[in-house]
Amino acid sequence: MRHLKKTFLVVALLGLGACTSPGQYGNSNGANMDGSDASNPSSPAYFSQTVGDRVLFVVNQSSLTDEARETLNGQAVWLNANPEYDALIEGHADERGTREYNLALGARRANAVQEYLLSKGIAASRLQVVSYGKERPVAICSDDTCYSQNRRAVTVISAGGLSS
Amino acid sequence: MNLLRKLTSVLALTLVFSAGAQSAFAQESRGPLRIEITEGVIEPLPFAVPDFVPDSAAATELAQQIGRVVAADLEGTGLFREIGKEAFIANVTSFDSPVQYADWRAINAQALITGAVSVTRGGRVTVKFRLFDVFSGQEMGSGLQLGGTTASWRRLAHKVADTVYSRITGEGPYFDSRVVFVSESGPKDNRRKRLAIMDYDGANVQFLTDSSSIVLAPRFSPAGDRVLYTSYETGFPRIYLLDVSSVQRRELGAQEGTMTFAPRFSPDGNRVVYSLSAGGNTDIYVLDIRSGTPQRLTSAPSIETAPSFSPDGRQIVFESDRSGSPQLYIMSASGGEARRISFGPGRYGTPVWSPRGDLIAFTKQNQGRFHIGVMRLDGSEERLLTASFLDEGPTWSPNGRVIMFMRETAGAGGVASLYSVDISGRNLRRIDTGGAASDPSWSPLLP
Repeated sequence: MRHLKKTFLVVALLGLGACTSPGQYGNSNGANMDGSDASNPSSPAYFSQTVGDRVLFVVNQSSLTDEARETLNGQAVWLNANPEYDALIEGHADERGTREYNLALGARRANAVQEYLLSKGIAASRLQVVSYGKERPVAICSDDTCYSQNRRAVTVISAGGLSS
Repeated sequence: MNLLRKLTSVLALTLVFSAGAQSAFAQESRGPLRIEITEGVIEPLPFAVPDFVPDSAAATELAQQIGRVVAADLEGTGLFREIGKEAFIANVTSFDSPVQYADWRAINAQALITGAVSVTRGGRVTVKFRLFDVFSGQEMGSGLQLGGTTASWRRLAHKVADTVYSRITGEGPYFDSRVVFVSESGPKDNRRKRLAIMDYDGANVQFLTDSSSIVLAPRFSPAGDRVLYTSYETGFPRIYLLDVSSVQRRELGAQEGTMTFAPRFSPDGNRVVYSLSAGGNTDIYVLDIRSGTPQRLTSAPSIETAPSFSPDGRQIVFESDRSGSPQLYIMSASGGEARRISFGPGRYGTPVWSPRGDLIAFTKQNQGRFHIGVMRLDGSEERLLTASFLDEGPTWSPNGRVIMFMRETAGAGGVASLYSVDISGRNLRRIDTGGAASDPSWSPLLP
């Protein structure tokens, strides 16, 4: 329990300290969130820019597409190679649903990613999930070009190894 | 004091809802002056409110303001139309002089409200008022006197308007009430949200939290003294209980590794029904506030959320996608079998039981549009009251006649506002909250 709290604190510090909004909530599109060097394969920046930190979902669905599985395979390889990091998986929905339902839908999406990473051998203690429902869209227009980007789960890397 | 006690008993009486259908509004005749609300088009009843008579120069401004709030409350229902002062033949300069009915008949004012305001040292206000049925030439009910502090003058005005509204419509009052909501600012991809509280008409906005964490969907307790809401202050959605007067808050029902949201009080105010997500699955739980002990009510792999108690506390209406799309269901307050009540096209959510117990208000999403609607407990007589790009989250007025909800406009510059609509579908109005606003929850009538 103490472990989880500390991990979250570190995530929050990274989010606040290293980038201005909208860098939090997986909006960065690969910016150097933590100031790390994206050319270093062990850096969180490499994870988000090269491995790919997010997967997208079909309307009202939480099942993983083939493309999503491919991205998650890369995430699993990276997480296995970099055990000093933990991950927070954020589930999000587009704005075409009620607040409550979208929170539950975001939880389903985050869980789908978590289950997949667990199946690839990532320890449960390194993965946490949170749903933002429709509270934090990454794209703000009101048509499917934006909605399709917002129906997402983002794997946010944190320096979890510090607390263990 | 006697008069004040009389008012309390009038208010208490009108709170006992006639068990009949909502369309059979104002069944009992209260004399010739009355408004009967039916499904048809209504001709608003013309009324006049001459400036209330101040007892001193110090009371002049307050007397005018109180008269204006009374008129605005009545006009805001869509059931009344004020006749402007420019049409007046005579004015009322003394509260106790006999009413010259002919002067008011001549301008077709069917109801006349007169009043007097006095201010005492120490900041006390006294408001006296009378309601007259102009065409039958009689006073309607007896005159009343109300007292309060100068700071609470708007509440006194709302109580005057509530009494007039109740006497003429036969309905329960609702103007003397408040709304807790989420005040919004900032761009769509980084909205700042904080809890706020206001009078039902948008006046007196006060903030209850800062905007450092996302806060969602506050809900008033049945006594109006506490608020439940969801906040991300730990980084994860969790339920909080906030005391309105002290603004003290505490977390409820936290379980590590889970998310909790969509809380609502039981009618006795002792329990909270809410959603808990664990392992990707969302189910409904109920928690005793004093002991903190949660009890699981649903146990399905589908999403179960947005629970709302019936006014007698025996049943819960909620939203579930067990059929493949979100629909409305009713189950016993102790869980068990649920029966589906929504069968129309589209997706249904956020059901809220009416205070009279006879209707469920909901959000419906169909063919790219969102609606606020009402249906009976068996799903019959579904009626959509609104339509827009995004209408969501209905809340009932204390008398069950009006629904407030959130409407958000489309696009990158989309903004949320609060609206109200009569359950007949008439009288859609935007409420000026002084900024963007969402997730309203209407209090009970204030004591």
